[in-house]
Amino acid sequence: MDFREMMESQYRELLENYSKEQSEQALYSSQKLSRKIIENKVSPEEIISLHKSLLIEMHPEVPDYVLHSFDVLLEIMIAFGLAYREHQSLRHKQEELRSEMEIAANVQQTLLGTKVPEIEGLDIGAISIPAKHMNGDYFHFVLDENNNVSVAIADVIGKGIPAALCMSMIKYAMDSLPEHRKGPSYILENLNRVVEQNVDPSMFITMFYGMYNPETNILSYASAGHEPGFYYNAAKQEFTELIAKGLLLGVEKRTKYAEYQKEIFPGDMVILMSDGVTECRTDDGFIDRDTLMGYINKYIHLSAQEIVNRVFKDLEKLQHFQLRDDFTLIILKREV
Amino acid sequence: MNISIDVKEKDLLAEVSVQGEIDAYTAPKLRSTIFPLSEKDGVQMVVDLSGVNYMDSTGLGVFVGVFKNVKANNGQFKIVGLTERLQRLFEITGLADIIDINSQIEGGVQ
Repeated sequence: MDFREMMESQYRELLENYSKEQSEQALYSSQKLSRKIIENKVSPEEIISLHKSLLIEMHPEVPDYVLHSFDVLLEIMIAFGLAYREHQSLRHKQEELRSEMEIAANVQQTLLGTKVPEIEGLDIGAISIPAKHMNGDYFHFVLDENNNVSVAIADVIGKGIPAALCMSMIKYAMDSLPEHRKGPSYILENLNRVVEQNVDPSMFITMFYGMYNPETNILSYASAGHEPGFYYNAAKQEFTELIAKGLLLGVEKRTKYAEYQKEIFPGDMVILMSDGVTECRTDDGFIDRDTLMGYINKYIHLSAQEIVNRVFKDLEKLQHFQLRDDFTLIILKREV
Repeated sequence: MNISIDVKEKDLLAEVSVQGEIDAYTAPKLRSTIFPLSEKDGVQMVVDLSGVNYMDSTGLGVFVGVFKNVKANNGQFKIVGLTERLQRLFEITGLADIIDINSQIEGGVQ
C-alpha cells in the first residue's frame, strides 16, 4: 500500500471514530498522523480535498454550504502549502551550507594548525574555541634553531568566515618572514604593512607577539592593540598586567611597535588571551579581569594545559554554554 | 537589534548619537547609517557613545573604517561620551592615540 492509500484509510478511521466519540485518544492519533503526513511531503490543500471527499462519502446528507466552505479553505491553504515547500527547500539548502562550512572549518584548522612546542623548563598550555564554525582567533608557536619559543596570538575584528579567511592570510605572511627570526616589534611592523595593504579597510587585527629565550629566561614582547595578558609572579603570588602599547594592525602604514622585556622566574606564568575571554558575558554583566585571575588561581597547581582547559570549562558554564566570541587562552609557565 | 542611532546634520556638521549595544549583530546597521556621512568632503563628525553600554571589537572596526574615510575626505572625526569600559577598549587598541576621544578625558583617568 502506498502512503497516500494508507493515509486515506487512517484518516477515514479517525473521522469515523471521532464522530462517534469525541475522545482525546482520537485527537492524539490525528496528531501522530499529521507528523507522518508532513514527513511524506503532502500539502495542506491535499488534506483538505481528502477531508471534503471523505465527508461526502461518509455523510451524503452534508449541506452544500459546508462543502462549499471547503473550497474557500482550500484556496486559502494553497499559500500555506507554497510557504511550506519553500521552507523545505531552504532547509535543504541550509544543510548543504552547513556541510560546506564544516569542510571549510576543517580546512582552516589544517591551514592554521600549530604545534605546541615541547622544550625543557617551559610548560605550555593553549586552547582556542570558535564561537561559530570558523575561528577568528589565531595562535601560533615557533621554535627556532636557538630554542627560542615564539608565540603569536591574534584576533581579527569581525567574526565568522571573513575573519577566518583574513587569518589565513596573516598566517602565510608570518611564514614568509625571513627565516632568520627577528624580534617581536620587527614582526608586527612587517605584518602591519601586509594587513594595511591587503585587507578590507574596515577589517583589523590585534596581535600579541612574544619571544621567550630559555637561556636568559627573558620574554620579549610587543602588542598591536591586543587585549593585555598577565604576568604571574610566583614569589609574590600576584598577577599583574602585561602592559604593551601599540596600534591595531592595518590602520596606519608606518606604525612602530615598542618592544618590552620581562624576566621570568621559576614558577612564573605568562597568560595570553583573546578578548573573547574578558568579554565573556554572564547574567551579572561581564566577568572582569580580577574574576578571571581568580579562576586561574583556582587551578594554579595544575599543568598549563589543564589550567586553560578548566578555566574554559568554567567560563563556558558561566555563559550557559553559549560563546558569543571566539575564545583563546594560552599559558606559558616556567617550570620550577 | 538592540540599537538606535540618531543623526543630526547641519552643513558640514554631523552629530551622531548611539544608544544600546554595538556588537556583531548591530554593527552592520551602525556602519550603513554613519558610513555615508563620512563621504562628504570636509565633514565634521561627532559621535556620542554615552548611551552605549556594550561594544565589542566589531564596533571598533566600524569606527576605524569611518575614521579613515573621514580623514581621506579632509574631515574631522571625534568620539565623545565614552564610558570607562569603552575608553579602555580604545586605549588597548592604540586608537586613543589617533582618534580624538573626548577631550575632557584626555590625559585623565588611566
